[in-house]
Amino acid sequence: MTADAEDLRARTRALLAAHPPAATAPADFLRARFDAGLAWVHYPEGLGGLGAPRTLQTAVDAELEAAGAPDNDPRRIGIGLGMAAPTILAHGTEEQKARFLRPLWLGEEVWCQLFSEPGAGSDLAALGTRAVLDEEAGEWVVDGQKVWTSSAHTARWAILLARTDPDLPKHQGITYFLCDMHAPGVEVRPLRQITGEAEFNEVFLTGVRIPDTHRLGAVGQGWAVARTTLMNERVSIGGMRIPREGGMIAPVAAAWRERPELRTHALHQRLLELWVESEVARLTGERLRQQLAAGRPGPEGSGMKLTFARLNQEISGLELELLGEEGLLYGDWTMSRPETVDFTGRDAGYRYLRAKGNSIEGGTSEILLNIVAERVLGLPPEPRDDKDTAWKDLSR
Amino acid sequence: MTTQPAPAAPSAPYDLLYSQTEEELRAAVRALLTDRCAPAGVLARAETGRPHDPELWRTLAAGIGAAGLLVPEKLGGAGATHREAAVVLEELGRSVAPVPYLTSCVLATEILLAVACDNADAAALVAEAASGGLVCVPALPLTLAPGAPLPAPVHDGGGGVLSGTVTSVADAVAADVLLVQADTGLYAVPADRAALTPRVPLDLTRPLADVTLDGAAATRLADPASARAAVAGALLSGAGLLASEQLGLAEWCLTETVAYVRERHQFNRPVGSFQALKHRLARLWLDVASARAAARAAADALATGAPDAPLTVAVAQAYCSGVAVRAAEECVQLHGGIGMTWEHPAHLYLKRAKADSLALGTAGHHRGLVADFAELPAP
Repeated sequence: MTADAEDLRARTRALLAAHPPAATAPADFLRARFDAGLAWVHYPEGLGGLGAPRTLQTAVDAELEAAGAPDNDPRRIGIGLGMAAPTILAHGTEEQKARFLRPLWLGEEVWCQLFSEPGAGSDLAALGTRAVLDEEAGEWVVDGQKVWTSSAHTARWAILLARTDPDLPKHQGITYFLCDMHAPGVEVRPLRQITGEAEFNEVFLTGVRIPDTHRLGAVGQGWAVARTTLMNERVSIGGMRIPREGGMIAPVAAAWRERPELRTHALHQRLLELWVESEVARLTGERLRQQLAAGRPGPEGSGMKLTFARLNQEISGLELELLGEEGLLYGDWTMSRPETVDFTGRDAGYRYLRAKGNSIEGGTSEILLNIVAERVLGLPPEPRDDKDTAWKDLSR
Repeated sequence: MTTQPAPAAPSAPYDLLYSQTEEELRAAVRALLTDRCAPAGVLARAETGRPHDPELWRTLAAGIGAAGLLVPEKLGGAGATHREAAVVLEELGRSVAPVPYLTSCVLATEILLAVACDNADAAALVAEAASGGLVCVPALPLTLAPGAPLPAPVHDGGGGVLSGTVTSVADAVAADVLLVQADTGLYAVPADRAALTPRVPLDLTRPLADVTLDGAAATRLADPASARAAVAGALLSGAGLLASEQLGLAEWCLTETVAYVRERHQFNRPVGSFQALKHRLARLWLDVASARAAARAAADALATGAPDAPLTVAVAQAYCSGVAVRAAEECVQLHGGIGMTWEHPAHLYLKRAKADSLALGTAGHHRGLVADFAELPAP
């Protein structure tokens, strides 16, 4: 049976009636919500959903929010929700889905993503972390190094890509695993970055043993599985609905209004250009959402991240200039270990520095431009000679 | 973080998609233009100095009924909205069609509609224009922008006998009737009572002329205050819908350029496989996709009479002008030598795009309006 909008409304009200948010412990409410199939309504029954259209989630969320229901802190568990969950749902065994999806959604188990390596960033398929099967034990033994791992210091589980056959070309011979971050041989080191804080980590894997039951998908099919993850990663970036003058332009516009002594004609022109571009980006995102809601998804999604990266960088750069002397200062260089990232939070200097990552994380702007050019515009790829060569024979 | 309340926030998000009816209208207009308005024909006609194609106009205006989209049914129109007119303009931009649609069916029609309830002559004129049987053009400089001071009005020597000159009037050569803003109000003047001095336009597909009235007898349609309000409203609609013409133009430039770089080989491979070109075209695609959202927002805001329509129109104009020009410039550049030739149509698009960026207010002018509406004052 597929639930429709009315059915979902009734179920949401029943949930709220049975577990009034004001009188229920947040964790208990979240468990009840998951078990009622209202966590992610498009997931199957028993796994937090009802097999309903994905577009109906928004109404459920809005009604729960209006009733003061607790949320599961989607920002803290964003990698689990946005990347691990859809991949496990698409490629996992029934045992894996039953074991992992519920604690993931409840936020009891935080996930991180062990994909990027020092030698494999944009060229992700070049990764060199090795996994060798110990047939007797039914376990894989993993050795290698990962980098840029958000949440590794808080994560209980990781999605992991490792090479299981170096004799094959690089896109083959990769296998996808679910890795226990508490297993012996997993070492997480903070990676301090340009802002002074250590939001990311390096992860060293030394003789880490992963049971074969924690392999996701077939041996050697990891790249196909990873594509599910990467597709969902880009969908989740830039998909938020923002109000007019929301996002990065908000603090600059506010400073402009509140502090007339900072205004110059040159800054005014740039501010107006960026205000207009922010509004157009907002409208473009809104149009994309309307297309999705109408069941006619457009290709604009692949471009929104590019736009926001560029705008965030230009706007935060302008903000420092607007602030004058104050722009010379920085809030705090003490190394901290944030659990979530707030791109627009903290001070202007932080915003400027953090925004530099927007055109790198989740696919560099250069790679995304290639994707738009090839998949949306149908332009031919550049000739390349790495696709048919055994991974072990590639230059590194 | 300090967050200001969003200025003039709309109550509901704009409908930024195209309806089934709009897509059907688009298909009809596009089929006509593909058939009867190929770039080579546009160029040949422009070279004769008479760019307008009266037969194409008849079919578009009367046959398809595009002329009366903005006109209510009780005044002889189709009772559609700015959303549908925007779709027509997208297609006209896509084929740099030399037809007086923006001037007659948007600007003049909006002026007449604003005064038609108080004036039977205006109602009759707009009905005739809606049927496509009459081309009515406002005697205003094409560069006149919403929010800008109106030019000095033509002088009424008494009893509606008008004298004065208006420069750079678009499509005046195609007009049957001119709408003239005089010091005593708004007047309709049969075009044959005006002296037209055609100018050599940058945009060969939208002819310009200076209009001189020397004691021309005219029919009064409205008093000075109503005339000013009608013109201001028409300029707002015109600027908002021009964004759709700019969108269609930019789309053609992008599509043609992508097709060309896929075919054109240099260094033993398609030039479109070079990353330097792919990135430029991917960025242009993003700009065009964004321009579509901006232009649709403007059309929908005008159609629904949204309170923040002036801001949304200013945003669309501030953005879409630049995208159209950039698309046409990239089209010329990425076509290489052929893009610089007279025989390739790229130049028609570049000339239209650049002229459009001056028409109804430059991007800079519209950013100034954004500053007012969004309360971001100049120093």
